[in-house]
Amino acid sequence: MLYLTTVVILFILWIVMSGIFDAFHLTIGVLMSFFIAHFSWDLLFQNTKMPLSERVGEFFRFLNYVFWLIYQIILANLHVARLVLDPKLPINPKIIRVPTKLTKDISFVAYANSITLTPGTITIGVERDHLLVHAIDDRVADDLFSGAMERRIARVFEVGK
Amino acid sequence: MLFFTIVSFYLCVLIFINLYRAIYGPDILTRIAAINAIGTKTVMILILIGFIYGRVEMFIDIAIVYALLSFIATIVAAKYFLTRRSIE
Amino acid sequence: MTFHTIQIITAGFFILAGLFFFTTATLGLLRFPDFYCRLHATGKGDTLGTLLMIVGFMIYEGFHLLSLKFILIPLFLFMASPTVTHSIGRAGVTCDVEPWEKKEQSGTEETE
Repeated sequence: MLYLTTVVILFILWIVMSGIFDAFHLTIGVLMSFFIAHFSWDLLFQNTKMPLSERVGEFFRFLNYVFWLIYQIILANLHVARLVLDPKLPINPKIIRVPTKLTKDISFVAYANSITLTPGTITIGVERDHLLVHAIDDRVADDLFSGAMERRIARVFEVGK
Repeated sequence: MLFFTIVSFYLCVLIFINLYRAIYGPDILTRIAAINAIGTKTVMILILIGFIYGRVEMFIDIAIVYALLSFIATIVAAKYFLTRRSIE
Repeated sequence: MTFHTIQIITAGFFILAGLFFFTTATLGLLRFPDFYCRLHATGKGDTLGTLLMIVGFMIYEGFHLLSLKFILIPLFLFMASPTVTHSIGRAGVTCDVEPWEKKEQSGTEETE
């Protein structure tokens, strides 16, 4: 099942990249998709035992999360822009430790990437139970400690726990 | 069309400002970050060149490949300092 | 005001907004005092700038198969840019680069 999903994803990518719709190119596309999927179908998905319906639900929850994240990124950039354009440069950088309860690898990746993309914080180290975060002023560090983003990540990826 | 030319000139000016950091940056990690920023702006300039010459469908491929290459180059440079454990 | 005019004005607005974030990213790279803070400017400003400019190009070009190719670039960059920022930052931590701290007395505005 995952094998066929990988083939379909690869074939969609082929169509997007080539943009030619005659029989010759489509045939080559299908053949190459099967060929590549034969070697790498178990690399694309992490948990191979998860049923497909759950996976689709996770995908749509993730899409919902992405839109919230883009809104947060716009806020983050306006914040950084305000800091940069201020002639006094009112920054107070420091390194903080953020404890986390996430367990899966994929949620760690999503959480660390989201921290890097949102207000004034970048992840500079990942341990098993906490993240090292460089925060650029006090307000954004307090925002991070409130844990709203971690709850959203847990709602997307760790539903069954 | 003139609009795209002006925009790409403006991005070129930004690239030269970044190049100042890449050359005179106080430490080497700043230089890596500046080179990465230059790579992102170059991708934008490639697409703008595609609009100026009316061949977007060709230049978008070049832009995608350039984005992949600059990503790999930055990762390799950062990875080198992860194993070397000193920036001198 | 025709549909075409609205399309071009919207695209121009998005492209100019992208340029604004590129500018703040560059200014941040120049003004911030140490390289952790400079990573804040480049890692965030370039990502959003790219996204906004690509949206502007897509609106200008109209929707067809090429738009999907345009989407590939921000899609890739949203995974790549935090990875790059994180990996440079972790290299800094591993090499024991001391982060810049705000001093109590005045005169901390100089940026090398």
